[in-house]
Amino acid sequence: MRYVLNTEDDRREMISLSGAGGVEDLFGDIPAGVRLRRPLNLPHPMAEPDLARHLREISSANFSLDEYACFLGAGAYDHYVPQIVDQLLLRSEFYTAYTPYQPEISQGTLQAIFEYQTMICELTGMEAANASLYDGASALAEAVLIACEETGRKKVVLSGAVHPEYRGTVRTYVKHRGIEVAECPETGGFTDPEALGVLVDDRTAAVLIQQPNFFGCLEQAPEIGEAARRHNALFVVCADPVSLGILEAPGEYGADIVVGEGQGLGNHLSFGGPYLGFLACRQRMVRRMPGRLVGQTVDKLGRRGFVLTIQAREQHIRREKATSNICTNEALCALAAAVYLSFLGREGLRRLAELCLQKAHYAHGLLVSQRGVSSSFKAPFFKEFAVRLEEDLAAVNRRLLKDKIIGGLDLGRFYPRYSGHMLLCCTELRTREEIDRLAAGIGGTVNDRNPDF
Amino acid sequence: MIPDGLLYSTNHEWLKVNGKTGRMGITHYAQEALGSVVYIELPEAGSRVTAGESLGVVESVKAASDYYAPVSGKVSAVNGELPDSPGLINEDPYGRGWIAEIDLEDPAELDGLLSAQGYREMLQKEGK
Amino acid sequence: MTETLIFELGASGRTSSPLPDCDVPARPLKEIIPAGLLRKKPPGLPEAGEAEVARHFTRLSSLNYGVDTGFYPLGSCTMKYNPKINEYAARLPGFARLHPYQAEDQVQGALRLMYETQRYLAEITGMDEFTLQPAAGAHGEFAGLLMIKAYHDHRGETGRRRVVVPDSSHGTNPATAALCGMEVQQVRSGRDGTVDLEALKDALGPGTAAVMLTNPNTLGLFEREITKIAEAVHRAGALLYCDGANMNAILGISRPGDMGFDVIHLNLHKTFSTPHGGGGPGSGPVGVKSGLAPFLPSPAVGFDPAGGRYYLDYDRPLSIGKVRSFYGNFGVVVRAYAYIRAVGGEGLRQVGEDAVINANYLLSLIRGTYRVPFDRRCMHEFVVSPPAGFKEAGLHTVDIAKRLMDYGYHPPTVYFPLIVEEALMVEPTETESRSTLDAFAGALLEIAREGFENPQLLREAPRRTPVSRLDEVVAARKPVLRWRPPAAEE
Repeated sequence: MRYVLNTEDDRREMISLSGAGGVEDLFGDIPAGVRLRRPLNLPHPMAEPDLARHLREISSANFSLDEYACFLGAGAYDHYVPQIVDQLLLRSEFYTAYTPYQPEISQGTLQAIFEYQTMICELTGMEAANASLYDGASALAEAVLIACEETGRKKVVLSGAVHPEYRGTVRTYVKHRGIEVAECPETGGFTDPEALGVLVDDRTAAVLIQQPNFFGCLEQAPEIGEAARRHNALFVVCADPVSLGILEAPGEYGADIVVGEGQGLGNHLSFGGPYLGFLACRQRMVRRMPGRLVGQTVDKLGRRGFVLTIQAREQHIRREKATSNICTNEALCALAAAVYLSFLGREGLRRLAELCLQKAHYAHGLLVSQRGVSSSFKAPFFKEFAVRLEEDLAAVNRRLLKDKIIGGLDLGRFYPRYSGHMLLCCTELRTREEIDRLAAGIGGTVNDRNPDF
Repeated sequence: MIPDGLLYSTNHEWLKVNGKTGRMGITHYAQEALGSVVYIELPEAGSRVTAGESLGVVESVKAASDYYAPVSGKVSAVNGELPDSPGLINEDPYGRGWIAEIDLEDPAELDGLLSAQGYREMLQKEGK
Repeated sequence: MTETLIFELGASGRTSSPLPDCDVPARPLKEIIPAGLLRKKPPGLPEAGEAEVARHFTRLSSLNYGVDTGFYPLGSCTMKYNPKINEYAARLPGFARLHPYQAEDQVQGALRLMYETQRYLAEITGMDEFTLQPAAGAHGEFAGLLMIKAYHDHRGETGRRRVVVPDSSHGTNPATAALCGMEVQQVRSGRDGTVDLEALKDALGPGTAAVMLTNPNTLGLFEREITKIAEAVHRAGALLYCDGANMNAILGISRPGDMGFDVIHLNLHKTFSTPHGGGGPGSGPVGVKSGLAPFLPSPAVGFDPAGGRYYLDYDRPLSIGKVRSFYGNFGVVVRAYAYIRAVGGEGLRQVGEDAVINANYLLSLIRGTYRVPFDRRCMHEFVVSPPAGFKEAGLHTVDIAKRLMDYGYHPPTVYFPLIVEEALMVEPTETESRSTLDAFAGALLEIAREGFENPQLLREAPRRTPVSRLDEVVAARKPVLRWRPPAAEE
C-alpha cells in the first residue's frame, strides 16, 4: 500500500513483539457485531500517474479562470496570486506542521502569524488581531458573540446590505444563544439610515455593516458608527482588506471590531475555500477574542520569541466556558496573506486598490453607456457595482460565456426585488480589452474578433 | 501556609473578618495549583453577591478557574493592584494578593466556613 | 539564530510590487470616492524587496518542524505523511481557479468530486449522508450538534438541551455544546479508562439531547461496550455523536454507523492525509443517518441521474442553515479525494491496521519504563506518564517533551487527556517505519535514564533549538500581539 512503510515481515514481528497473537488480536476490543466483515466498497487504488490523469480529467470538466475572464465577485475575488506566495507555502516545514504548541520548534509559524496579526491591525486600524478564523462569514458571527459578551446585551442590528451568506451564518451561530438579530433593511444599495435609527436602541450590543457592502456600495460608515455609539453599542465593520489600501481604516471612523474575508490576500478562489477569516478589535476586548493569538515574549536567555498566548480563553483549557470552540483555524491562509502583504508592501497595496477602483469605474462607465443597461445604485463604489439589464440576465451570461467571459451575479438570487440586476467585479486582473468585450457582450454586440483569446 | 485566624471555604478561598467586613482571596494551595497567575477578572465594586456565587475568573498560563464568594453581601472594595500585577496572588496570597472586600450580610454564614485547622484537614483528606 | 521581523527589514520606499500599469483612463480619486472615506495614512505594511521577502519566509520555515522534517507523534492529531500528489491536485487550475458562484454547468467536475467524496465518506463511516461544509473538526461538531438540536425540536422534544461528554473528551466537545446554547454534563470515566456504562445511564434523561464520544477514545482505547452505550442512549431518546478525530484506528475495520452513532464528524486533515498547515486549513465533514439528513447545512451537493448532472441543492426547508460562506474547504476536499483514490478501500484498511500495529509496538518498547495508567491493548495511540521517580526528582512531562526536541523529535501531545496526571499522548501513525519507532523509543528510554542520572539535562532542554523555554507568563500578563515601530514605543 502506498504511504505505509511496514513490510509483511515487519508487521508479523511487531505484532508478536507487542504480545499479540495476530492482527485480529489487536482489534480484540471491537465487538464482533460491529466489525466490518467485507472490504470497503470503494474504488481500487490508483498509481500516481493514473491518479494525476484522473484528477486532470475531473478538473478540466470545470471552466477554469485561467481560460475565462471572470467578472464575478460577491465575497470571492479573482486577485492575482503571486508566484512567491505559492512557492513559499509549499515549504513543507510550514504546511506539514500543526498548531505551534511547542514554540521552540515552531518559531516559523509563530513569527509569521505575529507578523500577520500586525498587518491586519495596520490595515484595519485596530489594536489586536487573532491568528485567523474559518472565513469572513464565521468571523462576523464571532464578532457578534464578542459584542454580546462585552456589552452584556443580547440584540444586534445587522445591515441587510451585508453579504447574504454572512447574514445566514450569523443567524445560525447566534439563534441558539438567545441573541436577537434585527435586520436593518437596505434601500438603494445602502443600509437604510432611518430604519437603522429606529432599530438601534439601548439593548443593542452591536451594529454590523459591510464596507464596501454586498452591492459594492460604500456605506456612510462614520454616521452609522455614530448611531451605534449614541446607544453605547459596538460598531462592527466587515471590510474588504484590499479596499483598505485606499479606503479609510475602520478604526479611524470608530469601529470597535473589524472582521472580513482575507481570501483576496494571496489565496486562490478554490471554489469557495479554504479562505481566511480575519478578526481585529480594541485592546480591551482581547480576552474575549476567539481562536489563537500569538504574542511576543523572551526565552530563558532573553532572546525574543513568540508563543501562543492568553490560551485560558480557549476550548482546550476552558472547555464549556471557552470564548469559542475553534481549534484548527486557517493558519496557512494567514501565512499566504502575510507573504502577500509583505510582497505587495505599503505602496503595492495602495496601487492594487487603485487599479481595482479605476478598472471598476471604467467598466461601470462603459456599461451604463450601453443601450438597455443602467446603473442600479447611485452610491460610490470600490471594485464592485450593479447594473440593471433590460435583457434576460441568464441569456446575457450565456452569450458572454461564448466569448470566454464569466459575467456577473444575478442579484435576484439573494434579493428577489433586484432580479435582473447584475453584480460585477473588476480586480486588477481584468484588462481593458476584457472590459470592452464585456461591455460589447452585455450591450448585445459580442466582439468576435478575438476568437482565440 | 494556612494562617490561623482566617476562615476558609471548600473552594479554596480565604476570608479575614474585620467587624462587618470580610476581605477575601484565594489560598496558597489554590495559587500553587494554578501556577503563575496572568490575569484576574474582578467583581464590580458595589455589586451584591451571594455566598457560593462565582466572583470572577483567575487565569494562569495553563488553567483558568472560577473563584467564589465565601459570604453574601455587597462588594465594598476590590484590589486595584491586581489588574497590573496579578502575580501578587502568587507572591503574597494572604496579603497584597487579596481580591475583594465584602460587607457581611449574614454573620451566621461564617459558621459554614472552615477554620485553619479544618481546611488543613480537608486538604490532607483529599491527599493534597 | 532567530529571524528579524519583516517590518525591520527593507527600506522606506522599497517595493517589489508586481502590478501592471493601469490600462484604463484613470480618474482623480476625489471624484469617485468621498473624501471622508479615503485613507489618510497608509497602513504600516513592510517595504521590502522580493528577494528579501523570499529569504525572510524561507528562513522562518527553517525554524519550523513539520512531518517532512521528522517524526511528529502528536496524539489526537494524526500527523501522517502528506502525499505530494495532493498538493498537485489542489493546484490544478480547474480546482484552484474556480469561483464559487460560477454556474453549475461550469463546475460539474468540482461538484462531481464533492459528491463522490461524500459517498466515499459515507461508505467508510457507515453513515447515509454527508456534508463537506464545516471548515474543521470543531466546526463539524457545531454543525452536528445543531442538527441534533433541530432533529429533537422538529419532533417536538424541545426540552432536550443537555449534552453528555466523558471527562476524557476533547475540549472542543463541551465548548461546542455551549456554543449551541446547550448545557454540558460531564461523566467520569470508568476504572479502565472507558465510559462507565452505569454512570452514563444515570446521566441520561428526558433532557438529554446527545452523548458525544470519541471512539477509540482519547486514551487510545476502544469503547468495548459501544453497542450497549448506543442502546442506552437511544432508549433515552437521545442521539449518539461521534467525534471522529480518531477514525484512523478503525478505517476499514469497523464503522461508527454500524456501532450505533447517529452523527459523526471527520477531520480530513487527520485521517485523510491533508496537511495541517501549521494550524489549518482543515476540513470537518459531517455524516448523519438518514433521519437527520433533512437538517444538513445548506446547500447540499446532489446528483440527478436522469440528466447526468451534479447540482447544489438550496431547497432544504429543515436545514440548520449556513454555517459559513460557500461550500466548505474545497481545496482540502480535493486533497482528501486524491488520497482516497490513491489508496483505495484495501489501502484504507491497511492504514487502520498499521496505525494500530505501530502504536502497540511502540508502547511495548517503552512499557515498564514509562507508566501506563490504563494498560490495555491500545488502538492507534496511547497515553503514558513519566517514569516512576521523576516527580520526586522534580521532573515533569514538559521536561521530557523539551528534551525530545534535542533528540530531533516533535514531542507528543502533553497534559491531555486531563484525567491522566502528567500525560504524554503518543500517536505514531501508519506512515512511520519500524526503525523510526525503534529510534524514538530509544530516545524516550535514554531520557528516562538521563532523568535519574542528570536531571539538569532535562530541565535545561532544549539546547539545540533557536530559542528555549519561552516565558509564557510574561506573554500572557502583558500581551504584545503586534509589532510597533520603535518610535511609537513608550
